[in-house]
Amino acid sequence: MSAAGPIILQALQLTKGFRGFSALEGINLTVRQGTIHALIGPNGAGKTTCFNLLTRFITADSGQILYRGQDITRRPPAWVARQGLVRSFQISAVFPHLSVLENVCVALQRRLGNSFHFWKSGRSLRALETRALELLHQVGLEHQEKRLAVALPYGQKRALEIATTLALDPELLLLDEPTQGMGQEDVVQIMGLIQQVAAQRTVLMVEHNMKVVSAICDRITVLARGRVLAEGSYAEMARHPEVISAYMGTEPLYPARAGT
Amino acid sequence: MKARRRNIVLPGLGLILLLAAPAVFYPVLLMKLLCFALFASAFNLMLGYTGLLSFGHAAFFGGAAYVTGYLLQSQGFGPLLGIACGVLFACALGALVGLLAIRRQGIYFAMITLALAQMVYFLCLELPQTGGEDGLQGVPRGNLLGLNLSDDLTLYYVVLVFSSAGILLIWRTIHSPFGRILLAIRENEPRALSLGYDVVRYKWLAFVLSAGLSGLAGALKTLVFKFATLTDTHWHQSGEVVLMTILGGIGTLTGPLLGAATLVTLEDQLADKVGSLVTVILGAIFVMCVLVFPRGIVGAATGFTERLLGKSQPPLP
Repeated sequence: MSAAGPIILQALQLTKGFRGFSALEGINLTVRQGTIHALIGPNGAGKTTCFNLLTRFITADSGQILYRGQDITRRPPAWVARQGLVRSFQISAVFPHLSVLENVCVALQRRLGNSFHFWKSGRSLRALETRALELLHQVGLEHQEKRLAVALPYGQKRALEIATTLALDPELLLLDEPTQGMGQEDVVQIMGLIQQVAAQRTVLMVEHNMKVVSAICDRITVLARGRVLAEGSYAEMARHPEVISAYMGTEPLYPARAGT
Repeated sequence: MKARRRNIVLPGLGLILLLAAPAVFYPVLLMKLLCFALFASAFNLMLGYTGLLSFGHAAFFGGAAYVTGYLLQSQGFGPLLGIACGVLFACALGALVGLLAIRRQGIYFAMITLALAQMVYFLCLELPQTGGEDGLQGVPRGNLLGLNLSDDLTLYYVVLVFSSAGILLIWRTIHSPFGRILLAIRENEPRALSLGYDVVRYKWLAFVLSAGLSGLAGALKTLVFKFATLTDTHWHQSGEVVLMTILGGIGTLTGPLLGAATLVTLEDQLADKVGSLVTVILGAIFVMCVLVFPRGIVGAATGFTERLLGKSQPPLP
């Protein structure tokens, strides 16, 4: 996969502080279309804050966010989502007491344009079920559609979350630690899923698991203490002296020893 | 479809009982019961299905009661038009209050709705059209489509039609595409937002619907008792509807109906015997209920039957 596609998302000099503590100081980030881009960094580096800013869940103190060349810095979060920039959350984000099928249908329903129709029968939603079942099949959740989302094991919840996100047919997916807290088996499955999804889209992900990052990410941005420390391919990052020292005492970059 | 048939059997049975009820019970008590059942159901649309505790629903209930009373008494409106105007007023008021309050959550939402409802209360006390401390007394019931409503039994069936229609609309709303999104918002608000739903607008529409239907209950109440008084807009009324809904079971369709029936009947039975002690007794019952079955009467009953069924049936393989 080449990293030479056009720019889809760009952050310019993003700054955000919380009560005097500056979480992000002048972040510049460029995500190109068709890549899997990873955002890594030690705990507290500002990765999740950066995600919240990009998806407009919180507002930057200064700086600019461009999505497909359009300034989205002041747009409301639901609007940004409707433009195809869809995020996931660190803790799995499902609707716990809806069935697996209903979870996906909630996302599909937006396209129907009947979501304010309080006088209409719920039967009008049945038309979505075929597509929802297709999506569930795609993430390996076939035959689970009648279960409540809350009853799924953790790995399957994340898969359901991805199916729900895909239902929106997003152009750019922001995944916040998609493999966090998973066993090796689930990690492999989710990795495959992300690669499959990324074939037609762009993915920006926060990830701690360096095996995942090295295996599937085309481009990596390293954050530390609210700043961009370095950016490049995995091999470049693994050799980068500042990146190595930032990770000292926490977790070393996976095959980092080979580089030094 | 067995489940489907059961869905019709239960409401059908309830309706038959209600049709026959005036043969046994005093129609005015039954009408009061229906009004409060509708009021509590409308309130439950907010608390149970949107997850917001409004502490100002008396403003919609009482506001519509006053508007309908005024139009019937002083402007010579017919009951149908009077009720329609009352409901419209409640919707408009709900739209306005919603605009100011709906972005807040929890205690802040409750406080803003309470404060705005207090403003409505003082307007009802001070405005020249509302009769001050006395309220509006002797509101004429008039004729509806050739029916003389001064007959209690006739009015009972009219009120039954209106309140059933209101409750039916609530049922429909909950099961509509809109209701599905409300449910999603209650289950996981940030996720609903990230899927592109303007969460605030959905809550606002639910609030307007809830206000309008509370208004319908208030307008009907004026017709039944022939008066609209400060009690209707007082914050006690807002508190009472919270009690009814929680007592019956939040987020269930039948809960508010049972809660309203229980509270209205108790008040009616106890008022003559213990006087103002009734508030203390109701308070004690409420505290006990919340401690013993926090999911309300309906929640406790469902839990009980499930346990019974679970015991009598062999475990599934």
